[in-house]
Amino acid sequence: MTVIEIRIELKKGVADPEGKNTKKTLEALGFEGLGEVRSVKLFEVETSLPADEAVKAGEEMCRKLLANPVIQNFKVTVR
Amino acid sequence: MKPQDAKVCVIRIEGTNCEDEMANAFSMLGAQAEKVHLKQLTGQAPAALRRSLEDYDILAFPGGFSAGDYVRAGAIFAARIRAAIGGDVKRFVESGKPVIGVCNGFQILVELGLLPAMEQTMTDAPTAALYNNDSGRFECRPTVLRNDNRGKCLFTSEIPSKALLSIPSAHAEGKLLSNDPDFVQKLEDNDQVVFRYVCPDGSDAVYPWNPNGSPSDIAGICNPAGNVLGMMPHPERVMTRFTHADWTRGYSSEIGDGRAIFESAMKYLEKL
Repeated sequence: MTVIEIRIELKKGVADPEGKNTKKTLEALGFEGLGEVRSVKLFEVETSLPADEAVKAGEEMCRKLLANPVIQNFKVTVR
Repeated sequence: MKPQDAKVCVIRIEGTNCEDEMANAFSMLGAQAEKVHLKQLTGQAPAALRRSLEDYDILAFPGGFSAGDYVRAGAIFAARIRAAIGGDVKRFVESGKPVIGVCNGFQILVELGLLPAMEQTMTDAPTAALYNNDSGRFECRPTVLRNDNRGKCLFTSEIPSKALLSIPSAHAEGKLLSNDPDFVQKLEDNDQVVFRYVCPDGSDAVYPWNPNGSPSDIAGICNPAGNVLGMMPHPERVMTRFTHADWTRGYSSEIGDGRAIFESAMKYLEKL
């Protein structure tokens, strides 16, 4: 079974309150030297498609449902 | 068409939870409002429960949540509509019939490409997004809206220009975003801006009177044809004076501020 890994990230400039709040809390817990903290979403989709077709299918999934191009970028890999 | 002949389809799936108020809003004005599950429109229901979208005169997307609002708010409902009855919905809009989406309904209209829909009736991919409130949390509070439409939107025909309406908001994702730097100007040029958040004295809104940080304080927009309205605040919750946040404190009107939006739609049908 091929596994399509779909990573959905917020576009640059789109506010990420989850990331920001997480950073604040990590700092409150004593973690030092932190840069930006970003939240991302990861979907794993199992498929019987061969790898090359699976990538295409994954990208189509993003266009049709998983990513809104106004606020999100996607990256599709298979394993 | 007389109000009692008008058929309203209040569409829902699992998670929708404002369908009673939405159907009630239209019923109060004499229309025949029916809560219809998406499966009734796609043939996945017993014969007696099957419905056809073209038999209705108004399509209403109520608020609440849909399918857990997984992926993004409204995205799953929108994708299911697109897959099963996308063509029917597009024809419904193109026929000029009124379509309203409130709160989650607005999010669905945007995800479905029916709003802002500047170039075509229904775009394949969303051209805007209703994104997380600036505060990063669910905002449930009274809001004041100003009617900024110049006459395009059929849902505001019974509301004087620049009139203020007190209509409550309750959402976590209401900030209207686009990739186009001229987005707000284009909405203005097309007369697609319908409602803006303002402070109670009518001045430009600041948080929390703009509960989500929406650019230019936009609370509701319509399509270029003016028959599809999407708005974050809930007009169906203020059909009478008694459900207004301030009804015991100097609220003078006998009717609720949300009523005029539904009356406008009924007036539009009367003229057909």
